[in-house]
Amino acid sequence: MNRPTISSVSSARSSPQHQQSTQTHRLQNGEANMTDSRLGTSAASAESAAVDLNAPVDLPNRIDVADLNIFYGDFQAVENVSMTINPQSITALIGPSGCGKSTFLRSLNRMHEVINGAYVKGSVLINGHDLYGPSVDPVAVRRKIGMVFQRPNPFPTMSIADNVLAGMRLNSRRTNRPDAEDLVEKSLRGANLWNEVKDRLGKPGSSLSGGQQQRLCIARAIAVSPDVLLMDEPCSALDPISTLAIEELMLELKSNYNIVIVTHNMQQAARVSDRTGFFNIEGTGKPGKLIEMDATEKIFSNPGEQETQDYVTGRFG
Amino acid sequence: MSRTAEYLPSLDTGSDDHRQDHDKITSGSLAGRGMLGVFGVAVVVGALTWLPFGSVNWARWIVVTLISYIVGTYAVARIVESPRQATDRLATAVVSSAFALVLLPLISVIWTVIDKGSNRFDWQFYSQTMRGVVGEGGGAYHAIIGTLIITGLTTLFAVPFGLLTAIYLVEYGGNSRFAKAVTGLVDVMTGIPSIVAGLFAYALFVLIDGPGHRSGLAGAIALTLLMTPVVVRASEEMLRLVPNELREASYALGVPKWKTIVKVVLPTAIAGILTGIVLAIARVIGETAPLLVTAGLAQGTNWNPLDGRMTTLPVYTYQAYKFPTLPPQASIDRAWAAALTLVIIVAVLFTAARLLSSILKPQGLK
Repeated sequence: MNRPTISSVSSARSSPQHQQSTQTHRLQNGEANMTDSRLGTSAASAESAAVDLNAPVDLPNRIDVADLNIFYGDFQAVENVSMTINPQSITALIGPSGCGKSTFLRSLNRMHEVINGAYVKGSVLINGHDLYGPSVDPVAVRRKIGMVFQRPNPFPTMSIADNVLAGMRLNSRRTNRPDAEDLVEKSLRGANLWNEVKDRLGKPGSSLSGGQQQRLCIARAIAVSPDVLLMDEPCSALDPISTLAIEELMLELKSNYNIVIVTHNMQQAARVSDRTGFFNIEGTGKPGKLIEMDATEKIFSNPGEQETQDYVTGRFG
Repeated sequence: MSRTAEYLPSLDTGSDDHRQDHDKITSGSLAGRGMLGVFGVAVVVGALTWLPFGSVNWARWIVVTLISYIVGTYAVARIVESPRQATDRLATAVVSSAFALVLLPLISVIWTVIDKGSNRFDWQFYSQTMRGVVGEGGGAYHAIIGTLIITGLTTLFAVPFGLLTAIYLVEYGGNSRFAKAVTGLVDVMTGIPSIVAGLFAYALFVLIDGPGHRSGLAGAIALTLLMTPVVVRASEEMLRLVPNELREASYALGVPKWKTIVKVVLPTAIAGILTGIVLAIARVIGETAPLLVTAGLAQGTNWNPLDGRMTTLPVYTYQAYKFPTLPPQASIDRAWAAALTLVIIVAVLFTAARLLSSILKPQGLK
């Protein structure tokens, strides 16, 4: 895949007013940065309402989920989920705790299999290949589909630079020094962290603040050049300023990656995502279901289902 | 804030700044000099016990001091401070007295070993063997070599077994029935009396080599039985402390499980595992009984662990004490010197492990 290189990103430091800014404000801010050519496509789609966000886009790395059922042993966590996740966009998954949205996200790169007894029925197609096909190696899947977790988890034994290179080093891919330095700089710039850490690349990754650690984890995830980036509540452990930094980063990254984010923060879903899926659960012990999936604007203004309406307006339960 | 502060003079005159700072928070309290005073009185009360008995007895002095300290603290705090403060001080006094009591035997042992061991803390002791020595002189060179060979072999056997078992239990075993059985067996193994381990190793080598077998290797096998469960337990605890997030982060980068274990989990836990291994070595380096039946007693240096008797420092100590040469004092001095040497070896091992741990410890966790 011919991906544009991650060029220098202007580090727009967040000001306090920024936090209170409305979505419109954010979009204007986005437009200001859109001199960058790689934001062209998304800018076009955001600008013209004529584009149907729900239509499957014919670009590489589209994910098609069909009738996916996820089980932990006897317990069914997710039931009959079908959705199309378009590339070059951000897809948000919202819903109450325990509704299976994280499980669903983890099933997209087979991370849920880390738990004993987990299995799925149904198919997840990416570029026409079934992730759960008989000859598919889960390790290879995870190299293609990166993941950022709820809590920042840099490797404590490694420096900032080594954390970025972890994906390559741990896989014993040999790189010469200049290449490695380039990759570190490129990935850290891509994660909007370069300017803050360029003078202390040898320091331990855990010496950074929480928000910086999370961006380091994003740099680590994009250093292995995945096609898809899954984010499991990436901002839930962060303060509003760090959250803003990560959200801006997501908007910058979406032209290169297919981003799927799970969030409990509906404002966040409204701010960053192009499409939103709402998961719900009938009761404890019951499997989670995808209630509705649509353009984010529609989900938050005029959803098709009453359940969704109740949830996004806070009248849930 | 104590109400008593208003009408009772503080026992703390508070001359230095630090005390005054402290005083502002606990005004009218026994903090600082007050407690020191109570302790001083307790020491004097303890010392007074020589009057009825007519002689100074350290143990009696210390015990009486601690008891009067506990009782005195409570009584004085109850009068000067509030009942809640008195209870707090009572608990503190009991805990610190218990700590002091536990510390006493340790200090006593170290002091006695250094005091008595220094009689033969000379070059001759560390360069000569007992071959042909019937009276004074002689040394423990052969026992030091034997200790290093047998303990070294034991470590070589027990660490891979123990570490791999721990990795299985933590990373692969999960809640499976087999893993539970292994955990149970490791617990049972921890409780094996050391002489039983010795007899097992002896019986094993009798089957291979015939009756009367004596070798350093047999001793090492016996000690391995004792050391492996300790290594398993220590490493298991350390591996379980590694956060699951780190494993997931590694998996999410497309790293296979075994590489995650080798390159992420083990380096994160290595500092604690090393400390555990050194504790396990310290546990077996002092074993006597299993070595008596497997490695036997020897007067000279034996470099070959596969054949022939081999002496370690604890066995040497036992031998020198149990079968003294003439004059007996020379033998007893050698026994103490060997004990001192053993303590020094363990101390060196612990220092080395501490240094290594602090170097290898994950930077962010320091």
